[in-house]
Amino acid sequence: MASDTKDPNRRDFLVVAGNTFAAIGAASLIWPFIAQMNPDAGALALSSIEVDLSPIKEGQAITAMWRGKPVFIRYRTAEEIEAAKKVALDDLADPIARNENLKDPASAPATDQNRTIEGHEKWLILIGICTHLGCIPEGQKISDARGDFGGYFCPCHGSHYDTAGRIRKGPAPRNLDVPVITFITDTKIKIG
Amino acid sequence: MADHSSTYEPKSATAKWWDERLPIMRLLSDQMITFPTPKNINYLWTFGGILTVFLLLQLVTGIILAMHYQPSAAEAFNSVDNIMRNVNYGWLIRNMHAVGASMFFIAVYIHIFRGLYYGSYKAPREILWILGMLIFLAMMAAGFMGYALVWGQMSFWGVTVITNLFSSLDGIIPGLGTAIVEWLWGGYSVSGTTLNRFFSLHYLVPFVIVGLVVLHIWALHMTGQNNPTGVEPKTEADTVPMHPYATSKDLFAMFAFFLMFAWFVFFLPDYLGHPDNYNPANPLVTPPHIVPEWYFLPFYAILRAIPDKLGGVIMMFGAIAVLFFIPWLDRSRIRSARYRPIYKWFFWLLVISCLALGYLGAMPAEEPYITWARIFTAYYFAHFLIVMPIVGVLEKPKPLPASISDAVEGGKSSSGASAHKKN
Ligand code: HEM
Ligand code: FES
Repeated sequence: MASDTKDPNRRDFLVVAGNTFAAIGAASLIWPFIAQMNPDAGALALSSIEVDLSPIKEGQAITAMWRGKPVFIRYRTAEEIEAAKKVALDDLADPIARNENLKDPASAPATDQNRTIEGHEKWLILIGICTHLGCIPEGQKISDARGDFGGYFCPCHGSHYDTAGRIRKGPAPRNLDVPVITFITDTKIKIG
Repeated sequence: MADHSSTYEPKSATAKWWDERLPIMRLLSDQMITFPTPKNINYLWTFGGILTVFLLLQLVTGIILAMHYQPSAAEAFNSVDNIMRNVNYGWLIRNMHAVGASMFFIAVYIHIFRGLYYGSYKAPREILWILGMLIFLAMMAAGFMGYALVWGQMSFWGVTVITNLFSSLDGIIPGLGTAIVEWLWGGYSVSGTTLNRFFSLHYLVPFVIVGLVVLHIWALHMTGQNNPTGVEPKTEADTVPMHPYATSKDLFAMFAFFLMFAWFVFFLPDYLGHPDNYNPANPLVTPPHIVPEWYFLPFYAILRAIPDKLGGVIMMFGAIAVLFFIPWLDRSRIRSARYRPIYKWFFWLLVISCLALGYLGAMPAEEPYITWARIFTAYYFAHFLIVMPIVGVLEKPKPLPASISDAVEGGKSSSGASAHKKN
């Protein structure tokens, strides 16, 4: 006590330092408890698949599963490609390409060319998840509703996509995403 | 009131021995037997007790279901089917749990509108009200995650759509929303991993609710109950002991409510659910028309009324958030709408708006439903943000009775007396 009266603040440093370290220690322990919920190594390991395109005829489509998500693969008809090419960029709700395969996916314009893989424009390959709230749009089957623009239609809240998978009408904010694709041969692709 | 001094007298030597060590009998006696209750509270005051019973019922039936349920993507749907078909009385326990959740929400909505009508959120009951809102939020979390556990088509796509609400945060900070959604899912889509954690949390949340209810009732017993006049009890003549007066009224209402509960459990167990949930979850096919459980429909209607993704999400959460602030938004000095001739009409307009939004939330997202949803959404917010502050200042209230006894015994001092005969 005597020393306290001489220099009453001397011990504050110890108290503050001790509490600070305890607080930092406790706080850094929170991270593992939060991070454990992130996708685990097993989920990350599923990150690429190969798909054979040879059985698909013009006008047909198949759905592959990649990372638990459907991937729409559509062999577009000449009319569908033509319709997508004719659209002026000003008419697009989302003018950005959203194509992971481009050098600048966040700024390239959403032309039909930028929505596909160079040299393979007849193939439309998309993550088949509505960018609104995650439903699977219709349009893969011939009998499906394809919306006002002939591409895909999401029945959940009424989003219409065109034949390049671009959002044209409804609440979805973005064009359907184009995943990372590598053409191994002309009829075989790797997704992811 | 809460400061009523303890009247408990231990009657035996054992009781006295306990009372000096753990005065639990004193607590129960003071808080549940002799506790002064306004003598004019009507049947709308019985829903707190009904809620407590339903909470316990959900805990009991839920723990039993967990003994037979398997929280994996491959087995969840089948294990529920197994409970319904093979487990002894599994059908009964499951129907009670599923219907019980709906009853819980019916009761809480009545309980909340009771509070809104009689101004039970006003000083000094603000904390009581906020605890109630936290209970309501936790109930919604529990209901949402519980519905997911069935792992039918509606479970799966309901979870997909609702968790995706957070992806709208990408509109504020790119990447943030996606990171949160993948964190919630534990993957890149809703999967068995998601189901497993929902099961863990669905087990936890009701116990959090129990804790909140304890605080809620503690706060209630600090201020005492409000009553239909909104006038605080002034003398002992204004109150009666909780037991046997309030308790017997509670019990009677509870039996009536249980009659309805039993009707659903035995005759209409699926009425409040959705037939699509009898199809196992399929990540490749979205059902054509996704609807949440009925008790979320008004909020779902608000979400869909807004044409912008982020805006819709903000409005939906805002619809709940605004309720936390009404103790301060309502500028009227008068608690009970019974003495508020103008506000009373707006109150019923709010009730109609909420019912209409509930109906619209179940309709497809097309015209004319969207326009109507916008109109009622606008009123919902206007009620709290415009009507409450303004009407509270402009309105000339009817004269209040001098006391509860005065109001009950013929209402000599009040022009609103005709409404009092019920009690
Ligand atoms: C699990 C859910 C809940 C339980 C078990 C519960 C329980 C109770 C009980 C036992 C009472 C006393 C009896 C009565 O006056 O009715 C009460 C009063 C009250 N509760 Fe709740 N409650 C729940 C949810 C809520 C919610 C969501 C709100 C809305 C904010 C709320 C607001 C109130 C208010 C304001 C009172 C005081 C009422 C008055 O005296 O006028 N409660 N609650
Ligand atoms: S999820 Fe597709 S429109 Fe809402």
